[in-house]
Amino acid sequence: MQFMLLFSRQGKLRLQKWYVPLSDKEKKKITRELVQTVLARKPKMCSFLEWRDLKIVYKRYASLYFCCAIEDQDNELITLEIIHRYVELLDKYFGSVCELDIIFNFEKAYFILDEFLLGGEVQETSKKNVLKAIEQADLLQEKTENMYHSRSFIGCKKSILEY
Amino acid sequence: MPAVSKGDGMRGLAVFISDIRNCKSKEAEIKRINKELANIRSKFKGDKALDGYSKKKYVCKLLFIFLLGHDIDFGHMEAVNLLSSNKYTEKQIGYLFISVLVNSNSELIRLINNAIKNDLASRNPTFMCLALHCIANVGSREMGEAFAADIPRILVAGDSMDSVKQSAALCLLRLYKASPDLVPMGEWTARVVHLLNDQHMGVVTAAVSLITCLCKKNPDDFKTCISLAVSRLSRIVSSASTDLQDYTYYFVPAPWLSVKLLRLLQCYPPPEDAAVKGRLVECLETVLNKAQEPPKSKKVQHSNAKNAILFETISLIIHYDSEPNLLVRACNQLGQFLQHRETNLRYLALESMCTLASSEFSHEAVKTHIDTVINALKTERDVSVRQRAADLLYAMCDRSNAKQIVSEMLRYLETADYAIREEIVLKVAILAEKYAVDYSWYVDTILNLIRIAGDYVSEEVWYRVLQIVTNRDDVQGYAAKTVFEALQAPACHENMVKVGGYILGEFGNLIAGDPRSSPPVQFSLLHSKFHLCSVATRALLLSTYIKFINLFPETKATIQGVLRAGSQLRNADVELQQRAVEYLTLSSVASTDVLATVLEEMPPFPERESSILAKLKRKKGPGAGSALDDGRRDPSSNDINGGVEPTPSTVSTPSPSADLLGLRAAPPPAAPPAPSGAGNLLVDVFSDGPAAQPGLGPSAEEAFLSELEPPAPESPMALLADPAPAADPGPEDIGPPIPEADELLNKFVCKNNGVLFENQLLQIGVKSEFRQNLGRMYLFYGNKTSVQFQNFSPTVVHPGDLQTQLAVQTKRVAAQVDGGAQVQQVLNIECLRDFLTPPLLSVRFRYGGAPQSLTLKLPVTINKFFQPTEMAAQDFFQRWKQLSLPQQEAQKIFKANHPMDAEVTKAKLLGFGSALLDNVDPNPENFVGAGIIQTKALQVGCLLRLEPNAQAQMYRLTLRTSKEPVSRHLCELLAQQF
Repeated sequence: MQFMLLFSRQGKLRLQKWYVPLSDKEKKKITRELVQTVLARKPKMCSFLEWRDLKIVYKRYASLYFCCAIEDQDNELITLEIIHRYVELLDKYFGSVCELDIIFNFEKAYFILDEFLLGGEVQETSKKNVLKAIEQADLLQEKTENMYHSRSFIGCKKSILEY
Repeated sequence: MPAVSKGDGMRGLAVFISDIRNCKSKEAEIKRINKELANIRSKFKGDKALDGYSKKKYVCKLLFIFLLGHDIDFGHMEAVNLLSSNKYTEKQIGYLFISVLVNSNSELIRLINNAIKNDLASRNPTFMCLALHCIANVGSREMGEAFAADIPRILVAGDSMDSVKQSAALCLLRLYKASPDLVPMGEWTARVVHLLNDQHMGVVTAAVSLITCLCKKNPDDFKTCISLAVSRLSRIVSSASTDLQDYTYYFVPAPWLSVKLLRLLQCYPPPEDAAVKGRLVECLETVLNKAQEPPKSKKVQHSNAKNAILFETISLIIHYDSEPNLLVRACNQLGQFLQHRETNLRYLALESMCTLASSEFSHEAVKTHIDTVINALKTERDVSVRQRAADLLYAMCDRSNAKQIVSEMLRYLETADYAIREEIVLKVAILAEKYAVDYSWYVDTILNLIRIAGDYVSEEVWYRVLQIVTNRDDVQGYAAKTVFEALQAPACHENMVKVGGYILGEFGNLIAGDPRSSPPVQFSLLHSKFHLCSVATRALLLSTYIKFINLFPETKATIQGVLRAGSQLRNADVELQQRAVEYLTLSSVASTDVLATVLEEMPPFPERESSILAKLKRKKGPGAGSALDDGRRDPSSNDINGGVEPTPSTVSTPSPSADLLGLRAAPPPAAPPAPSGAGNLLVDVFSDGPAAQPGLGPSAEEAFLSELEPPAPESPMALLADPAPAADPGPEDIGPPIPEADELLNKFVCKNNGVLFENQLLQIGVKSEFRQNLGRMYLFYGNKTSVQFQNFSPTVVHPGDLQTQLAVQTKRVAAQVDGGAQVQQVLNIECLRDFLTPPLLSVRFRYGGAPQSLTLKLPVTINKFFQPTEMAAQDFFQRWKQLSLPQQEAQKIFKANHPMDAEVTKAKLLGFGSALLDNVDPNPENFVGAGIIQTKALQVGCLLRLEPNAQAQMYRLTLRTSKEPVSRHLCELLAQQF
């Protein structure tokens, strides 16, 4: 995988992870182009598209688009499930994750991604193992700090994970 | 899991993020950010030492600001300090900052590397993993130099924790990809292969990726991985859906690992060891069998994971290309997917079948699906799926189905998306050539291509048809006849004129016997197109004319007349002038024998690889998939190959198709970028202010795993996807027309070609042709300076209601115009209903840094859509009487501005567009004319009478039409001309 982008329906970038060296300018250009391309697609369209010499795999979850760029030889369907597994990890960690969780705890979203994918390859697919690594870190956290969480801003969330 | 507070909440950070989200405008956001940056800067510079928590909080804020899209130029030092904290969360944030904002400041890199080194040596697995993640995320050469030697050791050390091994494997992979020379091969490589046997599935998952990458460059060193991978795969494939516990994903055992193992095996040929091979074939069969079993879950995740393995298995089967049985099974499986209700599966099945089509074992099996694929091309709603269908048709084409496939692709071309037209044109051209049994079909196909998608037919394609016709005498007569017929169409593409000009010049004699295509008829047909063509085409036609003089001596006088005309002999274009002068002299000085020798039929073109195929390859880039293998696979494709020799007539002139290429490089002309306002809103993900984005709305609070995804509302974004007609800047965006604009416009009321505008920098020439309610205009922009014009952008604007009266479609021109160069712009014009004001042409560019802008009136007036009508005196007077209502008549008495010459007046009236009727007016000095103005919505009949009074040097002009404003407008336009 070359990079992964998370952006909202309004086109706001929520997370960006680059696995190939690119300049900031190039990153912004790619982001702009892709956000525009993906947002312009209609709901029933296929989740894959050719873009430059890459394949784009994307999926929408509520207000967020998850978008991955993979190479010619890579498997589209398994990439779609990489996205889903990442969403599941976020969901399990935050407990019914929503876009605000990712905005207010962006650093956690990055940490979870690093445990799951590294250098653009799947590192660990077991939900249990990924979350164990993150939970351990949380346990190490200093108790004296002010506990605070985004949820107090927004009251309770509208819907929960439905399987 | 309870929704408890996770992580180390940082109140200050949350408040800051919240503030940013509440900002009402971009300015407010920047103000808030600048305030925060000042605050952080002062904290970092302050005398008081910051505690770890504060440092972490501020670094985190900086990170947030950076991720919003702002530049951050400080804080690196504080982040590095956090790296050496022994509090995990502080270290973690420090690493995150470094990973995201790495800076090649050498001093800093040394400090960072030091911290990483300490963590790697710490024996604390969580710290080690953080350090490895950081190296993998940055992946720079400096990091490679520092750690590439250490990481293999960590990877294979007996006492490394599993999680450390996983991170080390992928970290090494990233470094190896970035700088393979830094990773020393050695004893560790053998031990890495054995990680495939590791008990921990996560370790295997990470290690396979590393091994796959390493074995591509050193296949022999890693050969042992084949049997290990096969046995691992076999264990997974045959395991029950619950055996692998947390590595089972929606009842599919270890899908990611399976896919990776299948990928690894694609680095090698089929296993040599019979036992290993047998076991592998068994695995592949099991996967194919499982595809037929009923699903264990209705979740899309289940079928996706299962099918991911299936598609990778099929890829491996295709890669081996040695098991006919498996290939045919794979093809049948894909055939089922072709009609699946999931768009994703249809897309992938089409894609995968493309590669199957190139295997001799499965080619026939793929062909059985032709009807389904043709249907997909016609009915799929998603352009990317249609594109795949077109690719597959191309890949499955052979002699048996070529006619069907080519005709379907031609039909598709009429409605195909602009973005893929050129590719389809190339493909059709290649297939038609490759599978032509009789070449008349080939000629028909190419002429059809030009007719349907002339703009997308590149030089290579029409050169090629000339080469083939020149090399095969059995098709020359047919080609001449067909192209002659094609040229008779009222509007034919310039490429058709080029092909026609060349073919008739070479082989026109083959049809000259038929009086309907006698030499003079051929010549006048070609010459009727001459004035509308670009310089390169006119140059080609001049060559055709001299060939005609040789082939048909009876045309000599006419053609010499044409060559002798001032417009040729003194043409400003050196190429045209030279040809006219030389050909004229050649035709008058040279004896028939010399002429015949010089202008002998062209020799056959040399046989070479088809240049079109090369072009398609270039277009697709390397690794373009099966369609390209096609050419390699089938040696018969070379049977009629010839190379591209640019025809002599186009060598020294700027190639007309260079323009086409330019168009192609730019986005397709019919789908211009969205109006800038909305575009920015959408594309600048960092800058859309709250005005455009009302907070996050309730949708932000939906848990986004909920599967009840509401369809996206039809938002302005959808508009951007549709190819909209050229987005004109509003009239308020352009300046008023220059003062001389009206005068310039008047010059063109009675003529269609000439120089519209000229100053020291720029010359604008016009050439136009109108037929019925349609017109085509060529604008030529010449840069008179020696400096390049930049951001050159001519646009056409419709002031007021004109938009509904006149449709003007423009093509984009290159943004740069070199000194001394000329660019051409084509305008397609359609008159929808009568109109009074002409469209405006706004030209902007930068010359030596200074912006220039210029607004002119485009010479499109209502009379351009005149169709002359001949009628007898009696009819004329009858109609004249019918239009006797006072508002139907407009009259003007005015003084002559020019000498009153009857011949000049006649020419002007004809140029104005009406027919001149002789013997109608009892006074022979008077002029009477009639015509119909053609618009899409209605037709307006017009009668006119012009009465000169030579003594008084005055005219009286009377117009009667069925529409009042038209009478007045025409009267005004025409009155200016005398």
